[in-house]
Amino acid sequence: MTWKWEPRGEPTAALVWGVSLGAVAFAMILTGILFAFFGVAPIPAFVTIVERTILDARGLSEVVRRSIPLMLAGVGLTLAFRARFWNIGAEGQLLIGAVAAAGVALFSGLPATLLLPTMFIAGFLAGAAWGLGPALLKVRLGVNEIITTLMLNYVAIYIVRWLINGPWKGRSMAGFAYSDMFDPAAFIPTLGATRLHWPTLLLAILAALLVTWLLARTRFGFEVRMMGESPEAARYAGVDFFRTTLILVLVSAGAAGLAGVGEVAGIHRRLVDPGSLSIGYGYTAIIVALLARRNPLAALVTALFLGWVAASGDVMQVALRLPSQITGVTQGLVLLSVIGAEPLLRYKLVRVRKTQPPTAGEVA
Amino acid sequence: MELDLVVTTLARALAFSTPLLWAALGEIVVERAGVVNLGVEGMMILGALAGFVVAQTTGDPWLGLLAAMAAGGLTAALHAFFSVLLRANQYVSGLALTIFGLGLSGLIGRSWVGRPLTNPMEFVDVPILQSIPVLGPALFQGQYALSWLGLLAAIALWFVLHHTRLGLTIRTVGENPAAADAAGVRVLTVRIWTVIFGGVMAGVAGGFLSLAYRPSWGQGMTNGLGWIALALAIFALWDPLRAIFAALLFGTFFTLSFSLQAYFAPQLLTMMPYLFTILALTVIALRKGAGAFGAPEALGEPYSRGER
Repeated sequence: MTWKWEPRGEPTAALVWGVSLGAVAFAMILTGILFAFFGVAPIPAFVTIVERTILDARGLSEVVRRSIPLMLAGVGLTLAFRARFWNIGAEGQLLIGAVAAAGVALFSGLPATLLLPTMFIAGFLAGAAWGLGPALLKVRLGVNEIITTLMLNYVAIYIVRWLINGPWKGRSMAGFAYSDMFDPAAFIPTLGATRLHWPTLLLAILAALLVTWLLARTRFGFEVRMMGESPEAARYAGVDFFRTTLILVLVSAGAAGLAGVGEVAGIHRRLVDPGSLSIGYGYTAIIVALLARRNPLAALVTALFLGWVAASGDVMQVALRLPSQITGVTQGLVLLSVIGAEPLLRYKLVRVRKTQPPTAGEVA
Repeated sequence: MELDLVVTTLARALAFSTPLLWAALGEIVVERAGVVNLGVEGMMILGALAGFVVAQTTGDPWLGLLAAMAAGGLTAALHAFFSVLLRANQYVSGLALTIFGLGLSGLIGRSWVGRPLTNPMEFVDVPILQSIPVLGPALFQGQYALSWLGLLAAIALWFVLHHTRLGLTIRTVGENPAAADAAGVRVLTVRIWTVIFGGVMAGVAGGFLSLAYRPSWGQGMTNGLGWIALALAIFALWDPLRAIFAALLFGTFFTLSFSLQAYFAPQLLTMMPYLFTILALTVIALRKGAGAFGAPEALGEPYSRGER
């Protein structure tokens, strides 16, 4: 009697959910152990976090508002990742979207009714433009998009820093590096006294529905899926890689740009340092998309989870005086345990009589 | 006067390029064996922290460097476990390593921030070589030992990769793992050890930052250098000797951009290495034609016997 790994067919939805939740729970436990190891008592910390995020209305609104940019950027990334376009540049696309919106808010002089819609459109276009270069370099010259999208993140960071220290430095903010406050007409309305800018939340849900529809019901979506699942077959079927990649990157990067508009006009209401404008939303959105198994609707759920992780980070920073980067510990462990659990979806453990023990290759 | 400028520019370029070179060399070996590790930034930052903590506690920066190497290697072992043994997506696993590394270093390093290293690595002069005109003072006088050890490491790795049996094995595993397997090479073992080696090299790069270049510890002090090193590996077309010139080119460009400080805002100059990375990859692609980078055939693909 021994145990053996055997391949299984398409995993059921229940299994996918079960394994994913199990992996996330495993990662949370590991996070707790690491925290204990480095001098932070995990259980009191966890209690504090739950009290101030889930059991508290204001805390809950913080969870949701943290998840808004993750939803928008994450939904966009599910589309890019479906086609195996590894866009690591949502962070930069988000920042540039925020820059465009801030530019419109500060300098356009548009009437109040047109201001916010124009800001959203400008943010979308700017984010999309930021993704255009890597897309062109990838389809035309075969340049690795992981490197180019990532490098553009740093370029975007320094563009924002330059703007708030130089040309856009606020007159009323002597000594501080940020732009002038926007006109109130450029504020995205929030829910009561919270920071939950609900129009952006609606936009995120709409984006998820739109991408779901695109993927499931349109020729474009079919081509995207084909490019990702079987590029050879896609080539034979006459898929226009150039056009399809361009469109999908524009949508994906544009969504990240919208996330930037939400942050700059819904939360900060002026252009601020890139480190406060985005706490790595663009990178976390990658986890959102992967954890959702590249499903745009599921990305709304995983974004809420990672929004909670980010909000917990805020609580730990304030209540336990920990540096903000430590949310990366949880995020990295979640990502690792999810990909580590992946074999459970593809193989099952069965009991067999008298067989060779499986080799490493077969187990994996 | 002008010669002085050349000498100081070169000397600074060498110092700046040192962490890039070490990390890129490691990644070159890893990718030659067919594995991509996007976790360079994470391995570097944990190396930087481990190096700093040990050097600060023991007072010996070289012990610190050993710790940095161990930290890098251990972090890389995670990547080997997930991407080689479990055959997880290499891009995702590497990215997770970077996110995790940046986070963990923030957690562990929080009480070490803002205290300069009491006993950092010192400048050294290389006898004989330092008397070469121009190059001597630039490269071999008042430089960190790790800078020219990096150059030696590049030459050594080039020799190993291209002129030894071990190098042939590594390259075959990256080009055609099935053939290597058929020839009796243990593909997974080779990949695991090269990944760990890459981590050790990234650890040196991180240690150089916290023990010599900026002898201190700061959150996120690697500041994207790990990612530039990844680009450098491609830019050097996976050749350790080319990596020397590529790294020096990056270093020179970066140093030169600072002489323009009178004309440009500092933020725009800091942006330059990142833009230059994209430009460099584009130039290579244009010269080589689309898709003809000459990357190892099996790069990024997990291997398991009996599939396909």
